[in-house]
Amino acid sequence: MKTIFEKSVAGREGCWPCEGIAEEAYIPSELLRDGTIGLPSASELDVVRHFTKLSQSNYGVDGNFYPLGSCTMKYNPKFTEIVAGLPGFTRLHPVLPQLQGAGGLCQGALEVMYETERLLAEITGMAAYTMHPMAGAHGELTGVMLIAAYHRDKGNKKTKIIIPDSAHGTNPASATIAGYDIVSIESKDGIVDPDALAEVLDDEVAGMMMTCPNTLGLFEKHLPEIVKMLRKVDALLYYDGANLNAIMGKMRVGDVGFDVVHWNLHKTMATPHGGGGPGSGPVGVSERLVPYLPISRVAKQEDGQYFLDYNHPKSIGYVAPFYGNFGVYLKAYAYILRLGGTGLTRASENAVLAANYMRKRLSDHFEVPYDRICMHEFVASASAQAKKGVRALDFAKGLLDKGHHAPTIYFPLIVPEAIMIEPTETENKATLDQFIDDLIELAETVDTNPEALTSAPVNLPVTRLDETTAARAMELTDDL
Amino acid sequence: MPYVPHTEDEVREMLATIGVDSVDALFAEITEDMRPKSFDLPEGLSEMEVLSKLEAMAAKNATDRISFLGAGFYDHYIPAAVDALTMRGEFYTAYTPYQPEASQGTLQAIFEYQTAVTRLLGMTYANASVYDGGTALYEAMMMAVRKTKRRKIVVSEALNPIYRVMLDSYTSNLDVKLVTVPHKNGMTDIEGLKNAIDSETAALLVQNPNFFGSINDFTTLFAAAKAQKAVSIISSYPVLQTLLKTPGDMGADIAVAEGQSLGLPLSFGGPYLGIMTCTKKMVRQMPGRMVGRTKDSEGRTGYVLTLQAREQHIRRQKATSNICSNQSLCALRALVHMCALGEQGMKRAARLSIERAHICAERLTAIDGVDMLTQGPFGNEFAITLPTNAFDAIAKLTARGYVPGFPLGRYYEGLENGLLVACTEKTSEEHIGIFAEMLKGALK
Repeated sequence: MKTIFEKSVAGREGCWPCEGIAEEAYIPSELLRDGTIGLPSASELDVVRHFTKLSQSNYGVDGNFYPLGSCTMKYNPKFTEIVAGLPGFTRLHPVLPQLQGAGGLCQGALEVMYETERLLAEITGMAAYTMHPMAGAHGELTGVMLIAAYHRDKGNKKTKIIIPDSAHGTNPASATIAGYDIVSIESKDGIVDPDALAEVLDDEVAGMMMTCPNTLGLFEKHLPEIVKMLRKVDALLYYDGANLNAIMGKMRVGDVGFDVVHWNLHKTMATPHGGGGPGSGPVGVSERLVPYLPISRVAKQEDGQYFLDYNHPKSIGYVAPFYGNFGVYLKAYAYILRLGGTGLTRASENAVLAANYMRKRLSDHFEVPYDRICMHEFVASASAQAKKGVRALDFAKGLLDKGHHAPTIYFPLIVPEAIMIEPTETENKATLDQFIDDLIELAETVDTNPEALTSAPVNLPVTRLDETTAARAMELTDDL
Repeated sequence: MPYVPHTEDEVREMLATIGVDSVDALFAEITEDMRPKSFDLPEGLSEMEVLSKLEAMAAKNATDRISFLGAGFYDHYIPAAVDALTMRGEFYTAYTPYQPEASQGTLQAIFEYQTAVTRLLGMTYANASVYDGGTALYEAMMMAVRKTKRRKIVVSEALNPIYRVMLDSYTSNLDVKLVTVPHKNGMTDIEGLKNAIDSETAALLVQNPNFFGSINDFTTLFAAAKAQKAVSIISSYPVLQTLLKTPGDMGADIAVAEGQSLGLPLSFGGPYLGIMTCTKKMVRQMPGRMVGRTKDSEGRTGYVLTLQAREQHIRRQKATSNICSNQSLCALRALVHMCALGEQGMKRAARLSIERAHICAERLTAIDGVDMLTQGPFGNEFAITLPTNAFDAIAKLTARGYVPGFPLGRYYEGLENGLLVACTEKTSEEHIGIFAEMLKGALK
C-alpha cells in the first residue's frame, strides 16, 4: 500500500486546529527553516481511509488468538479506555501538583497513584512502590539502580549481577546499563541450579535477577535456598515480573525474600500493548530499599489529602519526568478493581490451566523438553521437524496463515527451535483446541508437503519478507 | 469471573486431559512455606461500579482552570481523527511487530512516523520511539559515550531542568561526568559552551527553544563541537519545529524531542513520546526499534523491523539499550496527528501559538514591575520576572481559576521571582486579558 506521503497532494488541506492565521512574523528569518517540510497534505477522509486500511493488515488480540510466550496477550477490557479518556484525567498538567496551593486540584489523580501502589504492594508483598518506570525494561533499570544505591550507601564494593541463561534479554541489558558486569549461570533441569550459583557467588555480587516462573514456564522451586545463599553475601534478589500472571494469589514475591520486583502492567493487568507500547513498569521494594525509591513519592496526610513528597535524601532521583505512564496504570487500576483479589487469583489459575492443557495435547506431536506441570506458559521444540527441513519459523508462518498469531520462537535460547506458548486465561477452550488442531495438522504436513510450510504465509497481505536486504539497503524513510 | 470463559464442565475436561484432579494440583510446587502471608484485596466490582468510582475520582481533579503551564508539555488541540483511528483494536491490541506478515499495519505506520519526524527535524534516521523526551536525551548521551569512548558531557543549564535531573539520576552509577554551563539571564551561553568543549568531551546537550523560550541558531556551536570530535545533541519542540531552522541544518548529530505536543493529551505526565533522530554516522548506536522497507518473496513492497542486532532480545548485555516496550501507540498518534492537521495545519498551530504568546508577553510586561526575562526571539513560551515571589503569585491566581505558569525558582536559584508562561493555539485573547488583569491585582 502507498504511504501517506505518496498519497499527499500539494495544496490539499487537512483539518485546521482553529480559524485565524497569524499575520506577523515574530521570529527573524535567519532562525527559520526554508521551504516545505514534506509533511502530508491530505483530506481528513484520505487520512481516515489510509489508517483504517493499514490497521486491517494487522493481527491484534481483538481479532486473533495471540499466544506469544512471555507476553501475556490477554484480552484488554474495553471499559478501561473510557476511564483513561475521562477529561478529569486527560486534561491534567503534570506540573499542577508541584505548584504551591494547587495540590487540591488533582486529588483524584494522586489517589489513583497512591491506591495503585497500595494494591500492587499487597499483591506482591512488598513494602512500597514507585509507579514511575514507563515499561518493564525501564522498571528493570530502575530496580538495578536501586540495588546500586543500596550498596553505595552501605559502602559495599559490588561489581556483578548474576543472571540465569533462561532470562529475558532485557535483564543482562538493564544490569549492564546500570553499570554492572554480568555473570550468566546455566540452568539444570530447566531451573536455577543452587550448585551452579554457589560456584559464582562471592562478595562482589550485588544481586541476582530471576524470573519465576521462568521463561520455560517452570517454577523455581529452589527459591528459599537461593534467598539464603544471597543473603550471606549481602546480595539482593530481583524479580522480573514478566510472568506474574502465573502466581497472583499463589505466592507473593516479598514473602519469599525478593527485594525488588517490576511489573509489566501491560501484560498482567491487561492494558493494551498498542503495537509495542506504551507499557507501565512499576517497581516494588522490600523495606531496606525504600529510602532509595525515585522521587517524587505520593503520600497521604492525616486529613486524607494526598501530596507529592520530594523529601527523600537517599532517593536515586528522577527516572521519569513526572509520575510514569499515568494513563496506562490508570487502566490497570480499573482492571484490578474490576477483578478484585479473587478475580486475580482466578486469572492466574486459569492461565496455568490453559497452558497445561495445551502442553498435554501437543506433547504427542512436538518435543516438549521439560514435559511436566508448567505454569502459565510452556516451551515446545521443533528440533525433530527441523531435521526434516521444517523449522520453528516455518510453523510460526503456517499458524499465521491459519489466522493465529504465532507463539514466541527461538526463545528461550537454551531450547533449540523453541516454540513458546502462552495462551492466557481469557481464551475459550474452542480457541485453544482450534490452535492445537491447526498446529498438529501443520506437524503432519512436514512429511507430506513440507514446501507448504516453508513457503507460508500465503494468505496475508505479504509473503515472507527479505530482512537481509532491509538491513543492507537501510531504507528507513520515504524519500522527499 | 470476569474475562475467564471456562465453564465448570470445561475445567473438568481440561483437568482430565492434563491428568490432575484439581487446579490446585497445578500449583503443588509452590509449597506451603512460599504461600502468601496475606492477600488482603478488595472484592471485585461490576464494570458499572468501577466506572462510577473512577468518574468520581476524576471529578476531584480540576479541569476548569485556564492554564498557562508549559515547561515542555503543552495543551495543543488534538483532531478527533487521532482517537478514532488509533483506538482501532487492530492497532491497539497488537504486540511488537515480530511477525511482519501479520503486522504490516503497525510496521508501515512506524515507517511513516520515522519519515515524518526525520523530515520535521531535518535528520536522516529515526527510531520507533523511546519513553519520553528525557529518556531520549539520556539515550542520545549514551550513544555519544559509546561512539566517542569519552566520558565528559557538556550540558546547557537552559536545557529543561526536569531532564537535567533525570540525566544526573541515570548517570549516578556510571563513569560519566556532566558539566553544566550556566544560563545567562535565560539565554543559552553559546560562548561558555564552546569554551567547555574539549578533547575529552563526548557530547554537547542543548535545547531549542531553550527552557526559557529563547530561540537560537546553534550552527557555530555545533561546528565547534565537531572540531573537537564531540557529538552535538539537541532537544527541540516539534510543534515549533515546523517553522524553526532544523537541527539537521544546524549540523546536529542527534536530535531528540518530547512528542507529547503531537496529539497526546497531558494526561498527568504520561504516556508521552520520546522522539529520536540522528545522522547516518550515528545510526548503529541508535537504541530501540527501527523499521525498514523491503520486498516479499513475490516482489511486493513490505516492512520489517531491521538492524535488530543492536537490540536486547538479540544482543543481551552488548545491546545499545535495554529498551523493549516503547511508546509505539503514542508514535502512531503523533503520525496521525501530523497527517490530520497536514503541513499547513501544523504550521498554522505553531504560528498562532507564537502570536498568542507575544500578545500575552506584551500584556503582562505592561504591568508595573513585571519585566521580560527572556531576551531576544521567543516562540510560544517566555519568562518574566515579577516584583514579588512567583510561588505566591501562582498560588493566588490558581485559587481564582487561572494557573499562570511555571515557577522558575523551583529549579533555578536566584530566579524565585521568575515565571515561565506558555500559550498555544487554544489560548484565547480574552483569557490573556483576564490573566493580565488578575496578575495586576495580585501584585498590588
